[in-house]
Amino acid sequence: MNAESIKPGGASLSTRLDAGRLILAPQGDWVVQTIARLDAPLRKIETDSDPGSLAVDLTQLGRIDTAGAYLLGRTLGLCSGAGEDDVFIGDHPVARRLITEIRSRNVRCEPEPELDRSLIAVMARIGAGAHGAWQETVESCAFLGRTIMTALVVAPNPARWRVTAMVAQMESVGVNALPIIAVLSLFIGAVVAFMGANLLEVFGFSVFTVDLVGLAVLREFAVVITAILLAGRSASAFTASIGSMKMQQEVDAMKVMGLDPYEVLVLPRLVACVIMTPLLTLAAMLSGLFGGMLVSWMALDISPLQFVVRLQDAVPIQHMFVGLSKAPVFGLVIAIIGCRHGLKVGGDVESLGASVTTAVVQAIFAVILIDALFAMLYLELDI
Amino acid sequence: MSADLLIEVRGLVTRFGSHVVHDGLDLEVRRGEVLGIVGGSGSGKSVLVNSIIGLLEPAAGEVFFGGRPRSKFTAHETLALERRWGVLFQYGALFSALTVRENVMAPMREHLSMGRALMEELADLKISLAGLGPEAAGKLPSELSGGMRKRAALARSLALDPDILFLDEPTAGLDPIAAGKFDTLIGQLSQTLDLTVVMITHDLDTLHTICDRVAVIAEKRVIANAPLEELVHNPHPWIQEYFGGPRGRAALRSAGGQ
Repeated sequence: MNAESIKPGGASLSTRLDAGRLILAPQGDWVVQTIARLDAPLRKIETDSDPGSLAVDLTQLGRIDTAGAYLLGRTLGLCSGAGEDDVFIGDHPVARRLITEIRSRNVRCEPEPELDRSLIAVMARIGAGAHGAWQETVESCAFLGRTIMTALVVAPNPARWRVTAMVAQMESVGVNALPIIAVLSLFIGAVVAFMGANLLEVFGFSVFTVDLVGLAVLREFAVVITAILLAGRSASAFTASIGSMKMQQEVDAMKVMGLDPYEVLVLPRLVACVIMTPLLTLAAMLSGLFGGMLVSWMALDISPLQFVVRLQDAVPIQHMFVGLSKAPVFGLVIAIIGCRHGLKVGGDVESLGASVTTAVVQAIFAVILIDALFAMLYLELDI
Repeated sequence: MSADLLIEVRGLVTRFGSHVVHDGLDLEVRRGEVLGIVGGSGSGKSVLVNSIIGLLEPAAGEVFFGGRPRSKFTAHETLALERRWGVLFQYGALFSALTVRENVMAPMREHLSMGRALMEELADLKISLAGLGPEAAGKLPSELSGGMRKRAALARSLALDPDILFLDEPTAGLDPIAAGKFDTLIGQLSQTLDLTVVMITHDLDTLHTICDRVAVIAEKRVIANAPLEELVHNPHPWIQEYFGGPRGRAALRSAGGQ
């Protein structure tokens, strides 16, 4: 096996007429690497010539493999009634056997289905999508209900609380997310302060920057940033970890042992999320205010002391509670969506990837939607 | 060095951290033969195949193809070499996002410039060569049963008309009837297409039916590489236990009775 034999010689084809029969004389190596350009001429021969009048001259043929044998066999296939000896001229160590073998085996499989691009098909897909979205909402609510029922059963029974799992989840959901959430929130607070400073300085009200930062960070930014980050970080992690357990039949094994996956897998994650989201939000608030304070100090010469005094005067504490009140709800939604998609994963890897994506998108969507609902609610309530 | 040696492994050492899998392993594969590789679980059968096909870099030793050391191959030659073998992985390793036909077409698409129509026809040919019905072509791997998945993976490994076929436990997890059919299929293919086949298997029936020689891996080396009839008389305790145990005896008996 030296380099010469690895590289096949080119394949070519010559034809001649002999006693009213068209003789195909393949030359060179008819292997999968070389035959591509012979496809078109052979197809032309197949359509043009009389089926009963074909023969193959094997004397000049070099190596041949299944692809080459297929091509010759396809052309010869037209004269199906003829015996082998009529079809082949000359001899070749493998070609006859291979071509005959291939011809006997080949079955044309059904073609790939064409994508329907008509207007009705497009409408049908839109309809199916809308129905799917509704179905998802219903299923999420059902999942929430099922989880709450499990929680009610487990709650009076401290022996069944999965404290270790819960604390481990609290660490990965909360403690491990703290640095990134604090840094992000710091930047958001700083950016809000910069924008406010630029705009308000024009009117000479630069001290209102403090009001702006306080209100924006406490009411909205801290909690939304935290929730979106958790949606990306924890919802995906829940789906991936539960989904891979589902794929490897670990969840089935649990059920067989009499363990309820909702109790063992969903509940600890849910509780961890509900507890940790407000704490992370609080950290995000502090860090966001700190970012705003730094910018006010540097860009507007508002000293940290002035900043804190102004904050206390102008921004009532209730804004902080408005922000914090949303956090557990976001945590609940993120955990529910993440766990539900994890348990929905099927047997293949493909569905795991798809589920993780869906979980993250749905979780972020739900967070922003619920935030809007909260804004309307608090507006009506005048809080 | 005899001319009919296709692959030679000389002094192969493989390590994972401090765990030594192979220590000075030698193996020869002859052109046109069907070589079975047996060994206990964790004895490094799959690791050996991975070292031969270049997925693992050995810590020491050399793999020769046609008498030339693999490490001396240029990038171009390595590519040409890789096109000459097909590999059937233990769990099929089909691309899950592609249908069976697209899976078979994937290596053709990468390596050949060929019209789509011809590529599809060739893919269909390989699918039927592997013993799958025409209805399987449009299905996704997740919609196939274990046996069908193995056949689809075999079809893909045949896509570029390899000379050498590596099979990692082709019949594991198949029922005896399906396993028997798979054996027959591989035997037929190796004869029709003149293939050299290297297969890892625990299936004693497979060893009897289609393997010309059997290599036994134990004690981090190939301790024997011989036709099965000679192997059963080998005094090595592991070999005696393997072929002399109740399952081995039963398989030998049924083979002798045929």
